[in-house]
Amino acid sequence: MNQYPLWKYLLILASLLAGLIYTLPNLYGESPAVQVSPLRTSLKADAALQDRVGSILKAANLDPELVMLEDNSVKARFAITDSQLKAKDVLAAQLGEDYVVALNLLPRSPRWLTDLHALPMYLGLDLRGGVHFLLQVDMKAALTKSLDSATEDIRSSLREKDIPYTGVDREGDALVVKFRDADARSKGEAEIKQRYTDYALDDSVQGKEFHLLVTLRPEAAKRIQESAVQQNLLTLRNRVNELGVAEPVIQQEGADRVVVQLPGVQDTARAKEILGRTATLEVRMVDEEHQAAPGATVPFGDDMFKDKDGKMLFVKKRVILTGDRINDAQPGFDNRTNEPTVNISLDGVGARLFKDATRVNVGKRMAIILFEKGKGEIVTAPVIREEIGGGRVQISGSMSSAEAQDTSLLLRAGALAAPMEIIEERTVGPSLGADNITRGFNSTKIGFIMVAAFMMAYYLMFGVISVLALAANLLLLIALLSMLQATLTLPGMAGIALTLGMAIDANVLINERVREELRNGVTPQAAIHAGYDRAFATILDSNVTTFIAGIALFMFGSGSIKGFAVVLCLGIMTSMFSAVLISRAIVNLMYGRKARLAKVAIG
Amino acid sequence: MEFFRIKHDIPFMSYGRYTTSISLVTFLFAVFFLATKGLNFGVDFTGGTVMEMHYAQSADLPKVRAQLAETGLPDAMVQNFGSSYDVLIQVPAKQNASGSKLSDQVLASLRKQDNSVEMRRVEFVGPQVGKDLINNGELALLLVSMGIVGYLWLRFEWKFGLAAIIANLHDVVIILGFFAFFQWEFSLSVLAAVLAVLGYSVNESVVVFDRIRENFRTMRKAEVSHIIDNAITRTMSRTIITHGCTQMMVGAMLFLGGETLHYFAMALTIGILFSIYSSVLVASPLLMMFGVSREDFIKPEKTETQEILP
Repeated sequence: MNQYPLWKYLLILASLLAGLIYTLPNLYGESPAVQVSPLRTSLKADAALQDRVGSILKAANLDPELVMLEDNSVKARFAITDSQLKAKDVLAAQLGEDYVVALNLLPRSPRWLTDLHALPMYLGLDLRGGVHFLLQVDMKAALTKSLDSATEDIRSSLREKDIPYTGVDREGDALVVKFRDADARSKGEAEIKQRYTDYALDDSVQGKEFHLLVTLRPEAAKRIQESAVQQNLLTLRNRVNELGVAEPVIQQEGADRVVVQLPGVQDTARAKEILGRTATLEVRMVDEEHQAAPGATVPFGDDMFKDKDGKMLFVKKRVILTGDRINDAQPGFDNRTNEPTVNISLDGVGARLFKDATRVNVGKRMAIILFEKGKGEIVTAPVIREEIGGGRVQISGSMSSAEAQDTSLLLRAGALAAPMEIIEERTVGPSLGADNITRGFNSTKIGFIMVAAFMMAYYLMFGVISVLALAANLLLLIALLSMLQATLTLPGMAGIALTLGMAIDANVLINERVREELRNGVTPQAAIHAGYDRAFATILDSNVTTFIAGIALFMFGSGSIKGFAVVLCLGIMTSMFSAVLISRAIVNLMYGRKARLAKVAIG
Repeated sequence: MEFFRIKHDIPFMSYGRYTTSISLVTFLFAVFFLATKGLNFGVDFTGGTVMEMHYAQSADLPKVRAQLAETGLPDAMVQNFGSSYDVLIQVPAKQNASGSKLSDQVLASLRKQDNSVEMRRVEFVGPQVGKDLINNGELALLLVSMGIVGYLWLRFEWKFGLAAIIANLHDVVIILGFFAFFQWEFSLSVLAAVLAVLGYSVNESVVVFDRIRENFRTMRKAEVSHIIDNAITRTMSRTIITHGCTQMMVGAMLFLGGETLHYFAMALTIGILFSIYSSVLVASPLLMMFGVSREDFIKPEKTETQEILP
């Protein structure tokens, strides 16, 4: 009665083998590495880049263990951290500004393991060191900003249609457009209704004035807020690229929050400065008097920048306006010439500055410069054809529509759609991370040894079997965590220890049942059978309740607590499998074949 | 080896009055300390900044305090953390404070005094985050409780679900009571431990309940109190050994896991100890009080026999 069909043994063997393979990379560990990835999406990491990285490192006498191409980046692995740091400096200096060179860790496991996607567990920030930021997007400011730009728009469209008005003001969450008579108001209302579908309009009379109350429709407000978060995410991605972080995480959390995780970053002050910066875009005048060329001396009061085609231009140092004055930039088409254009809308102050600058500089060129990694590049340098008021700027001329799309993306990305504030920061230094790993590992090890010693002393052979099942549980749990690449945190390591302590419960239940049956005078074979059978319902019930707790923790927990919940839930599954199936399989193999079993060693 | 070879059933149910009143007293004490002293919420919940600094030699705490006071933080709490080389600095959240920039200021200021200082850990939590965490914690507690009652209802009977959850929420209150009495820091990981204990200690009640159900089927003529006594006595060996093993693991964490895991393991330890007590000596008397009977389990058999009769 205590025999498994062959397929069950094979299933167990296969799962143990898979467990072993996916646990292996954790034993090999990780080595310091340098990762080179292109800054812009238009550039690709390819075999040519791989060769270039290889030859640069060779020339610098740094001997990488491995140079490989993976996920649009080239990675080089080193034996020691010293050569990793040297390699980073050499590569950053020689590859130029088009590539990000970042420090990383690469698994040291052999190629065939990596090909099976067998990777070490993904360590959380509290174990590997790094910074975690939670940023709150100021949604109210996003709405205010869009109302401010609507103020300008409404003014200029009323002026365009010669509708007399006495003022457009923002009052709280609404705009008030003031007219002298009802006739002008109804004309204005018709005009605004037709042009701006995002707004709801309301009439009112205040003393002698006829007011039109303009408010954002709820769905438009929601859309503006959503796109503000999206744009901020994009901007943050661009900025994080500057920091040279190997595997940054930038995600939206909830409706108005953004999580930024920068593994390995130590200089939190610089990280905060770069994330919180507001202007990465500048508008300046081109210096037409001097001809720029590579290697030419830069005239006093000028800077030299490259444009997209690599041509050099001298640009005046004086900044007309910065990127945080840009509310929006969208690709479009010119109504007359049907050329692709980029349409920029500026806020109130930006509009005034731009108007003043364009009035005195008609016929001259104006440069829009984007700063990335502290280096400027001219996005576009159009000729000013006329004075531009109202804050609506159209850039046109010799652009394809794809280029217009790219340029507007770059212009938008330079600025944040709404201000953000850091509301949570967790920084863990690398030495503390390493300490945390040692402590977590040691407590699990010591705990395991104590439990194993006790079980073997108390239950003899059945104790040995229980310990084997527990070891299999640990193997499968680590394999599962590595396979899923779930983030392992310090509470997660505590979760591993805790699930091991709890998993032994199933074996204790079984062993106690077997003992009890034996005491009642049942034959050993029947006792084993009954013990496993009867204990199973109890094991299932008691695991389900812990599983419920794990699920709730996963749903409501954040960060490291989520890591604990994941381990708890996975650990329950592996412990059910190992405590019931694997231990039974060993018992069956040992005792099941003997037809007349006189005694079992259960203490 | 065998620790528990008990020949006769221990009459737990006849002690029911004493055991429930003991736990009632403990419970009331816990509630009293929670009400008067309150929990010492960590920075996760209250908001503020915590910094862990490491010095190359033993840190001079008064000097650190003086330096911080000079930086404009006279109310910063400075203490040793783990060893004399490590210093923990806590600054409560304040309105109009520099928020996330505070940690950089502190580091810069301490560097002036001693260049060997190294930043080991920074936690800055804004007040709005803390509020969210408390809300989420309450929601999680509610969800776990409802899930457990629901599951036990499904698997057993509503009486079992109710008895188990009362017994285990009583454990939770007692853990919180300990944290209030000793003013240990109540952090996010302690909350996780409390919720894990809730799921884990229900195990204990489930094991006993399972036996009770089985006994109702096999011990046809026995009294209800005798059935429960027998179930508890026969699962006692397993109860002690299982909890002993889990406690070995948790104990290793308590002593070797470092400061971060210490209170997490502490909450688990208290939870494990009290869950043994409560599931045996609180849940089962409650079950009797709710009037559990054989009919709760063997109704279907009765209707069958009735149908067979002419």
